[in-house]
Amino acid sequence: MSQATSKKKFLYINRRAPYGTIYALESLEVILIGAAFEQDVSAAFLDDGVFQLMNGQDTSGVGMKNFSKTYRALGDYEVRKLYVERESLAERGLTLEDLMPITYEDEDEDYAEKPSIRLVDRSEMVRIISEQDVILSF
Amino acid sequence: MSTLHTINKSPFERSSLTSCLEHLAEGDAVLIFEDGVVGARKGCAFAEALRAKQTSCAIYILGADLAARGVKSEDIAEGVGVVDYGGFVDLVAGAARVCAWL
Repeated sequence: MSQATSKKKFLYINRRAPYGTIYALESLEVILIGAAFEQDVSAAFLDDGVFQLMNGQDTSGVGMKNFSKTYRALGDYEVRKLYVERESLAERGLTLEDLMPITYEDEDEDYAEKPSIRLVDRSEMVRIISEQDVILSF
Repeated sequence: MSTLHTINKSPFERSSLTSCLEHLAEGDAVLIFEDGVVGARKGCAFAEALRAKQTSCAIYILGADLAARGVKSEDIAEGVGVVDYGGFVDLVAGAARVCAWL
């Protein structure tokens, strides 16, 4: 099989807040595995999953590792599409400004820093799901 | 090609079913199994939401999980199709992708 045909579109759907369960951390690790295998990786954050990208997470009081900084490193692993659902943010009283600034360097444009987070409507999320080869849910 | 969405948790416990129904594309299929079946009884709080989606999507339920919980096939929400494990496999094989709503 050639490289071109073995590359698949993987979408990781995240619907839970971090720290209460292991799902968010596990998802992040599996996202990195997908990226290591040079797949076309993207991640979706909807429902409580939007809390995974909150700015200013401080886990010092709960005795758990703060893994939120890892999201900022995703760009270095070619993970550049983080779809955040607009309705899920609004339902929770959040806006894009509450989330971490996550960027990637675009090598085609002199390594200009570009935002990885893409705010999408629910209808766009439906379309994104429909375009995937593989969906992994967390 | 369409997506098969799966639901295995009670909609009374989690938002999975509600969220799934809001993310369906036309022609998609939904399979409800395990604890998800408790949200598919005729006249239950989710029956109307299931009915509303049936104009554009097909909704199925796994018979073994209904039976295990003492729910009769004739007591499930209108238009929901009962499938066996073979039918589950057919739905997966016929879909381009599977999206699990945990």
